[in-house]
Amino acid sequence: MKRTILAALAALAMSGAACADTIKIGVIGPFSGPFALQGKNFKAGIDAYMAMNGSKVGDDDIEVIYRDVPQPDPAQSKALAQELVVKEGVQYLAGFYFTPDAMAVTPLLEQANVPLVIMNAATSAIVTKSPLAVRTSFTLWQTSTPIAKVTKDAGVSKIISVVSDYGPGVDAENAFKQGFEAVGGEIVEAIRMPLSTNDFSPIMQRIKDSGAEGVFAFLPSGPTTLGFVKAFNENGLKDAGIKFFAPGDLTQESDLPALGEAALGIRTTFHYAVSHDSPENKAFVEAAAKAIGNPAELSFPAVGAYDGMHVIYKMIEATGGEQDAAKAVDAVKGLSWTSPRGPVSIDPESRHITQNIYLREVAKADDGTYYNKEIQTFEKQGDPGLAALK
Amino acid sequence: MQTIFSIAVDALAYGMVLFVISIGLSVTMGLMRVVNLAHGAFAMIGGYIASYAARDLGLGYGLAVLIAVFGTIVIAVPIERLLYRRIYGAPELTQVLMTIGITFCIIGIANYVFGPTLKTMPLPPGLRGSVDLGFRSIATHRLFAIACGLAVAVGLWYAIEKTAFGVKLRASVDNAAMAAALGVRTEIVYAVSFAVAVGLAALGGVVGAELLPVEPYYALRYMVTFLVVVSVGGAGSIPGALLACLLLGGIDTAGRYLMPEFGEFFFYLAVIAIVCVFPRGLAGRTR
Repeated sequence: MKRTILAALAALAMSGAACADTIKIGVIGPFSGPFALQGKNFKAGIDAYMAMNGSKVGDDDIEVIYRDVPQPDPAQSKALAQELVVKEGVQYLAGFYFTPDAMAVTPLLEQANVPLVIMNAATSAIVTKSPLAVRTSFTLWQTSTPIAKVTKDAGVSKIISVVSDYGPGVDAENAFKQGFEAVGGEIVEAIRMPLSTNDFSPIMQRIKDSGAEGVFAFLPSGPTTLGFVKAFNENGLKDAGIKFFAPGDLTQESDLPALGEAALGIRTTFHYAVSHDSPENKAFVEAAAKAIGNPAELSFPAVGAYDGMHVIYKMIEATGGEQDAAKAVDAVKGLSWTSPRGPVSIDPESRHITQNIYLREVAKADDGTYYNKEIQTFEKQGDPGLAALK
Repeated sequence: MQTIFSIAVDALAYGMVLFVISIGLSVTMGLMRVVNLAHGAFAMIGGYIASYAARDLGLGYGLAVLIAVFGTIVIAVPIERLLYRRIYGAPELTQVLMTIGITFCIIGIANYVFGPTLKTMPLPPGLRGSVDLGFRSIATHRLFAIACGLAVAVGLWYAIEKTAFGVKLRASVDNAAMAAALGVRTEIVYAVSFAVAVGLAALGGVVGAELLPVEPYYALRYMVTFLVVVSVGGAGSIPGALLACLLLGGIDTAGRYLMPEFGEFFFYLAVIAIVCVFPRGLAGRTR
C-alpha cells in the first residue's frame, strides 16, 4: 500500500517537475547536535559553490532544502528522504555524513527516480547498493592504503594498529593491514578500542609493551582524538621515538587549534587539506570561509559538498532540468574536473571519486596557527575497498 | 609486575579525575536529595570559563581556575534561587525533567556563544610534560589531578563531619522542618551547599579537561559516568565516592589494557554486581 502511494506520488512529482522551473535538491546531514560542525561544513561547501557559480542552471533556479539527522539514524534518514521526494518534490538527494544514513536511502532511489550524491559517508560498500549513487568524498580504504607505503618508506616495519571499534575503524584497520603486508611490513598487534574511551593511558601502555616501532591509529574526529594524541605524548611514546601514522580524520583542520603542539609532526594521508596550494582552492576557501563565518571551522566535508554540487549541476545540465535519474548519473560517469583538492574524476565503473591522496605533516605556520602541510602526492587513487568487497 | 604497577598508576589517576568531577553530584544527590542531571553542564561552564580566561585573556592557570570556580557559582546561584528551589523535595521525575531541561539550555547557549569546536586550556609550564616514576612516566597534570582529588576529599570530609555548618547541613537533610524549628536557616544551608557542589563541578571540569575535553556536548556525554560513580559509591558519602572511583577506575583501566575489544563490558558488569549487592551503593546511607 505504502509502495503504491509512494510510486503514485513520485510519478506526480515527476510530471510536475517537467514543467517547473525550480529544481529542488534535498540535503540530509547533521545540522544540530554533536556533529553539527560537519553539517555546517556541508552547508558552507554548497553555499560557496552557489555563490561562485550562480543559483541557476540554464533557465532553472536551484533550491536547496536541508533536513537534519543529528546522529546516525537510518530510520529517520529514510523517513526524511521520503518526505523530501514525495512532499517537496526534490529531484536530487545529497549530503549524508554517516554511512548508515546513506545506506538507508539507497533502496528508495530507483522508484523515486532520484540520484543520490554522497558528500561524505565513507564506507566503500554504499555505491554498490544502488546504480544511482555517486560519491564525491573519499573512503577510508582510499585514504588509509597510501599511508602503509609511507610507513614502510619511513623505515618502520613493525607496527601496532589501534582503531575505534566501529565500521570505519575496522575499514581503516583492514585497509592498512592489506597495504602494509603487501610491502612486507608486519602488524604486531591490532587493538580495537571502544568508541566511548576517555582515558587512553592503558592503550598507550599496550603500544609501548608491544615493541612496535610505530602506531597506525584511526579515531573519528572530535574530542577523543584530542585525548588520544595527548596521551601519546604524555606517556612518553613520542619521546621514545615511536612514529605516529593515521588517515587525515585525526588532524582535521577544525581540531588543529585544540590539538596544537601535541599534533606537531604527525603524518597523515587524506584527500584534502584546507592549506592545499592551488588557485581553485584559494577561491574555494575564500568563499567557504565567508559562508561558514569562522574560517577556523572549515574542514573536509565542505569540499565533498562543493564537488557534490558540481556533479549535481552537471547532471542538471545534461538532463535539461527533466527528472531522469539514470540519464543524470550516466552523464557524470567519467566526468573529470579540477576540484579545490586537485584533479578528480568520477570512476564510470564504481561511481566513486578518483582523486589524489596527499601525505601531510602537521606544521606550524608563521602566524602561530597549525596546518596540514602537504609533502607528497599519490596521484589518481581509486577505491581499493571495492576490490576488497568482492 | 611492572605492568601491574603501571595499570595501578593509571587507575589511580583516572579514578581521582572521576572523583573530582563526580563528588559535587554526590553532594547534591545524597545530601540535598536533588537528582541534578545538570551537574555535567556546570562542570562544562567551569571548563569554558577557565579556557576563556587562560587562552583569550591570557591569565595564569591558578587565576583561571579560581575565576572558573567562582564564575560558575555566580552563574549557578540565580539558577538555584529561581529554578532549583522549586524542586527540593519534589518527586524524582520532576527533578530529572527540570535538570535535563536546564542541561539542554546550557548546551544550546554554549554552542551559540563558544561554537562547536573543542576548547583547550594552556597548562602552566610546571604541569606540562611528564614525570619519570622509575618504571614508567606519567603526565604531570595527572599527578596534579590526584593531589586535587585528595585535597577535595579531605576538605569535604572535614567540612561535613567536623564543622558547625556540617552539623546544620546534616540536620537539614535529615529533617528540614525540625531543623528550621530549631533555628537553622535551611534555605541558606541549601544555597551554600549547592554553591559548593557547583564549585566542585567547575573545579572538576577544569582539572579533568585534559582527559574529558570541553565541548558543548560535554554536559551529556559523560553524564552516565558521573551517575554511575554516585550510585556505586552511595549518594552523599565521600569515602564511598572515593572508593567507587578507585574501584571503577581500576576495573576500567585494567579491562582496557588487557582486553580492549570488550569495551566497557567489565566496567558495567562491576557496576551491576555492586548495585546488586549494595543497592544503596558501597557506603549508602539508609533513609
